[in-house]
Amino acid sequence: MVNPNTCSAMKRREFLQISGAAAVAAACAPKTKTPASAPLAEGPEQMLIRENPRSGDKVSALGFGCMRWPMIKDQNGRDVIDQEAVNEMVDYAIEHGINYFDTSPAYLQGQSEKAAGIALSRHPRESYFIATKLSNFGDPSPEASIKMYKDSFEQLKTTYFDYYLLHSIGRGGKNAFNRRYVDNGLLPFLLEEKKAGRIRNLGFSFHGAKHEFDYFMELFDSGGMVWDFVQIEMNYVDWTHADGVRNVNADYLYAELDKRGLPIVVMEPLLGGRLANVPEGIARQMKEREPERSVASWAFRFCATYPRVLCILSGMTNMAPLKENVETFGHFKPLTEEELEFMEHMATQMMEYPLINCTDCKYCMPCPWGIDIPGTFQHYNKAITDGTYAQSAAQKDYAKLKKAYLVSYDRAVATVRQADHCINCGECLSHCPQSIPIPRELRRIAHYIEDLKQDKL
Amino acid sequence: MLKKLRVLLAWIFWIGITLLLLDFTGVLHGYLGWMAKLQFLPAILALNVGVIVGLVLLTLVFGRVYCSVICPLGVFQDGISWLGTHRSKKPYKYHKEMKWLRYGVWVLFVVALLAGVHVLVALLAPYSAYGRMVQNLLQPIYLWGNNLLAAWAEKAGSYAFYEKEVWLRSLPTFIVAIVTLVVIVTLSFKGGRSYCNGVCPVGTTLSFLSRFAAFRPVIDADKCKHCKACELHCKAHCIAIGKDTEKIDYSRCVDCFNCIEQCKFGALKYKYAWGKNVTPDNDRASGRRAFMTGTVLAVGTAALKGVQARAQEAAKKVDGGFATVLPKEAPERETPLTPPGSASVKDFYRHCTACQLCVAECPNNVLRPSGKLETLMQPEMSFEKGWCRPECTRCSELCPAGAIRKITPEEKTQYQVGTARVNLKLCVSANGKAECGKCAQSCPSGAVQMVDNPETGLRYPVVMEEVCIGCGACEYLCPSRPISAITVNGKPQHV
Repeated sequence: MVNPNTCSAMKRREFLQISGAAAVAAACAPKTKTPASAPLAEGPEQMLIRENPRSGDKVSALGFGCMRWPMIKDQNGRDVIDQEAVNEMVDYAIEHGINYFDTSPAYLQGQSEKAAGIALSRHPRESYFIATKLSNFGDPSPEASIKMYKDSFEQLKTTYFDYYLLHSIGRGGKNAFNRRYVDNGLLPFLLEEKKAGRIRNLGFSFHGAKHEFDYFMELFDSGGMVWDFVQIEMNYVDWTHADGVRNVNADYLYAELDKRGLPIVVMEPLLGGRLANVPEGIARQMKEREPERSVASWAFRFCATYPRVLCILSGMTNMAPLKENVETFGHFKPLTEEELEFMEHMATQMMEYPLINCTDCKYCMPCPWGIDIPGTFQHYNKAITDGTYAQSAAQKDYAKLKKAYLVSYDRAVATVRQADHCINCGECLSHCPQSIPIPRELRRIAHYIEDLKQDKL
Repeated sequence: MLKKLRVLLAWIFWIGITLLLLDFTGVLHGYLGWMAKLQFLPAILALNVGVIVGLVLLTLVFGRVYCSVICPLGVFQDGISWLGTHRSKKPYKYHKEMKWLRYGVWVLFVVALLAGVHVLVALLAPYSAYGRMVQNLLQPIYLWGNNLLAAWAEKAGSYAFYEKEVWLRSLPTFIVAIVTLVVIVTLSFKGGRSYCNGVCPVGTTLSFLSRFAAFRPVIDADKCKHCKACELHCKAHCIAIGKDTEKIDYSRCVDCFNCIEQCKFGALKYKYAWGKNVTPDNDRASGRRAFMTGTVLAVGTAALKGVQARAQEAAKKVDGGFATVLPKEAPERETPLTPPGSASVKDFYRHCTACQLCVAECPNNVLRPSGKLETLMQPEMSFEKGWCRPECTRCSELCPAGAIRKITPEEKTQYQVGTARVNLKLCVSANGKAECGKCAQSCPSGAVQMVDNPETGLRYPVVMEEVCIGCGACEYLCPSRPISAITVNGKPQHV
């Protein structure tokens, strides 16, 4: 696709880069009069801004993840994005200094980009950064991949992407990477696009093991591939508590990227919301320290405390978390050494709960056999987090907990989509960025429910 | 006073049994289950000697109070006739006993009972007729109401109410319930206890005893002014007041005591009158009414035959983010599946009066009325919406007719009600569509096992018939849809 606007876009961008950081910051966040490198603990709300050392972009530390927007039913009973709600949120976000929007052609059954395009195109293009991805999981052929790339321009109503990512690489290592981006000639193509200015920053998002990550760093070190940024899963649990076999600790990833001066975009700072709703015992300890601040704010502050982090993505579903997060980043207070230790302590406690590491990203869906995998896991995790998880028939309130679990399960997941229907085909395994052994976990839940129903716990 | 007592007891029984038939939570049957067990025909079929002797004695001593208090269909008719006649000053009139109809139906019923024509027995059994109406017509409304509360509870984060699927279990039975309702309402609205004294075989059976009842309403000829107030308010049409004669047909009297209440002269007394058999002379007034009764029945039967089976309700729509899951369809079963607790299929259908109590109660949506002619309305099992779970023995605790005998969950594992059978053409594992093994994994008795096919290298399930209990877990969970690749066929003998 030859875009006639490319040249003017380039000029505008050059102009912006020349005209200095202050102007960009002013354009990005109208309320911010000076580029804020030093976060404020009190005073007027001021979005925390981080500068991309490679491109000079002044990026809001809170980025809007466009993967969890609210869905409503259309007249045909299909799920569609609630565009009105999205517009309202995007307006609020931009007004409060959020200028980084992260989407993908795969999100929300393929509807996320379009909705983002509609909402964002109502604002001047210079006032925000767009990040989207080459999500060629299904068909990595050059035709399909290039079509996906070009469609994104149309969906997002733009002539350039500020940040473009090779979506979720790592798992399957070098071979998978080659299959999706090298053998089909996509990487040279994207580099050409970058040269032409249609991609300003080219990076990748990563899920996988240590050696898989090392390969992409080697590629960088040898000059085989120049990454402009990297998106990683980072939060206080994954910092040192990743399983270490299929996923690597975030502290390792951070150190490696920091060493190379690569800006880091953080995904899953809340583990799909699980760090916003932690077990009561943990929440209490956080509230004792910061009675006014939300549980989620700790997780955000944890990530933003690390200076190499450029932007922290949060998939905000409605105005409530958006406002809360704007507050967290508008009056940002980095964690002290002692507080970082406290977070590590909290993470250790989190690991003691038999939670399933599902972030509700829905990459595993649709399950060919109709199982509602994230729905089942979310329900299970919620019961554990809320402490409404029956553990023994001898337990006090057992009958009440049993009924609560079974009734809420039927409410959350249709009976034909429940865990007991999983046939263990393993189709989902390769899709899960968290490497959850999905069939095994479903079997565990189904077994738990059988025991519950038969009072065998 | 007597009437008030009768009305009070009737309300208690009627509400109790109706609630028992509506309840799906299993909470009430512990408290109210005995009310169903008192029902006459189920007790006979269950050979529940205590209840039978009790009811026989009750009738011999007090007359047909059973019909006025214990029988929910009788009480229901009293309610309907009250609606139809309470404004009228002369609602009823004596007429002759409709012998040919009454005893004709009774003979037919006894023959059907002995010959095992279950449909006819089930159709005529009064308690069961009432049960069918409640389960088919009232329970859906009850469930919708519950589901409204459940939706509210869900919003409030409460688990006090939970949603229960409302579904049509069997169209023929549903139609029978509607026709029964129409017939009963039509007959009782202005006709009082016409059904009980013209059709009901239990009423007729009890009438053999009630004519000798020790206590009965007796007219004191000296006090009687022959004002006919009692006759005109006798919903059983059994009091004949002539110019100077006064007679009561005790075979039809259901001891409602309305007459006693009506008599301004204190001529009617409920008192000990053992051995005094007084039956009024026959007259010819009854022909028309009998004809009408017959007509209504005939019309009802025709309506039943005339209505064609409608398509089942459309399958629930699924969300866009999910793969479509086709609803399951019931497979052909050569031998029907009857619940654990029934000794054999034959025994089950011989005892069952199709009252639908177990159908209304089944928490796993396994039981539903049969659509086959020979067992019409009597329940059978099928596993499209659930399977016969090991911890559940509710139907066995409830069955008043002894068709399902009371069992414990431990005993349940000993009942082999059916045997699973694999259809390799449909099996996703045998066809290499996916490595499945769901049936083997879900079988609670370890009767299904996966074996290798050395030719294809694929695994497929086999059934160890001698351990299979026919619970249907494999059939329900089998991913093959709409027909499962592993289905359960009934076993004639269960233990």
